[in-house]
Amino acid sequence: MKDEIIICRCEDITWGEIRQVLEKGYTTLDEIKRITRAGMGRCQGSTCHRIILREIAKFCHKKIEEVAVPTFRPPAKPVKLGTLAGDDDD
Amino acid sequence: MMIKKADIVIIGGGVVGCSIAYNLAKLGAKNIILLEKNTLASGATGRCAAGIRQQFGTEMNCILARESIKIFENLSQELDYDIELNQGGYLMLAYTEKEVNQFKKNVALEQSLGIDARFITVEEAKEIVPPLNTEGVLAATFCPSDGHANPFNTNFAYAEAAQRLGVKIHNFTEVKEIKTENNRIVSVSTDRGEMLTPIVINAAGGYSGEIGKMAGVEIPVYSQRHQILITEPVDPLFKPMLLSFSGNFYCQQTPHGSIIMGFGGPDEPKGHDIGSSWQFAREMAQKMTAVVPLLKEVSMVRQWSGLYNMSPDSQPILGEHPQVNGFYLAVGYSGHGFMLAPVVSRLMAELILKGQTSIPIDKLDIGRFERGELIIEPSVV
Repeated sequence: MKDEIIICRCEDITWGEIRQVLEKGYTTLDEIKRITRAGMGRCQGSTCHRIILREIAKFCHKKIEEVAVPTFRPPAKPVKLGTLAGDDDD
Repeated sequence: MMIKKADIVIIGGGVVGCSIAYNLAKLGAKNIILLEKNTLASGATGRCAAGIRQQFGTEMNCILARESIKIFENLSQELDYDIELNQGGYLMLAYTEKEVNQFKKNVALEQSLGIDARFITVEEAKEIVPPLNTEGVLAATFCPSDGHANPFNTNFAYAEAAQRLGVKIHNFTEVKEIKTENNRIVSVSTDRGEMLTPIVINAAGGYSGEIGKMAGVEIPVYSQRHQILITEPVDPLFKPMLLSFSGNFYCQQTPHGSIIMGFGGPDEPKGHDIGSSWQFAREMAQKMTAVVPLLKEVSMVRQWSGLYNMSPDSQPILGEHPQVNGFYLAVGYSGHGFMLAPVVSRLMAELILKGQTSIPIDKLDIGRFERGELIIEPSVV
């Protein structure tokens, strides 16, 4: 994969940036997310997490199911604060 | 099981543990091992809002925070890692007369200690934060050199600098047992082996009480969940951290553009629950859209929580435990661990290696609770 390929579209993070972090020894998705911001944007990683997990697996010579996935954090989709504030029902 | 030997073992890979590791190594200590049960910044540091303020109500806290800011100002250079320090100031809003009086006292104290805080009118607050709804605001204080930094970067910056100085960091290594003999630390056992060591530093944040029990002592701390949320990145709306004790909120736009906000509730569970609730998201949205109505149009993208490690007086507990030689505490930060880490880590390293500190922290010892010498800081959550 070419270094300039964008992996996280929301935060504009390239494969090159993620590769460098992997080579530094950070091989969990949580660490990669915290260092690069990949997966912290509007879509919360629904596009890039799978790609990064696959690349971690390749890098560490593991199966993809052996790579730890990060905690899912609500909400599933962005919600306007005005909408949240106005919601008085359960 | 392999037995290793270390001169110093640090428990906890948050900003507290990593900064102590760095400062010990910088002062010449060798053979330091840091143990982290998960990954670096996976606990409170990576979950905090990373605000840094000097506006406190006791002389000691003002001095510690002032010195911490001085270190933060050169930290990217010192550690060769951009910590994204953003000194946009803290705007503290008073909604009650009592708070107005307290803020006046605080500002007088802060100014006497060379901190650039000032007491300002509602109109001035509006000039500093144009989208602010000033309804109910009686007065404010503003300290332009306060601010915030990226907590992940700061944590990794300290860790990598410590490793360059020879510190060994072991992730995914959980401490199971701490052995003592004749009231002295002897060794630390983990799920990956045992380490003989004369010194253990408890920097375990939300789990510091549990680590204390392993060493056979009761540390009067408990952990409590604090929730937080973040929005999508938007154009710059305001520079300072907005904070109010009476309004019970804090809110800041990061340089990245996203807006981070939180509040603490007395009903939040004590213990180690780090789940999130929709009630928090709703109340947070209600609070902040009232203070900054423009935020109604901004979307929340994520919410999470972390643990405050609370002490009886909401001040950290620092220093060697009087009953266990070699067992050092850097715990009970009560929500101020990030902002104090740069200065406290330097002082802890001095204490451990030289037996004295360049700024007194002896009042923050664990013995203060037995002596009844609690520190009364009016300006904490």
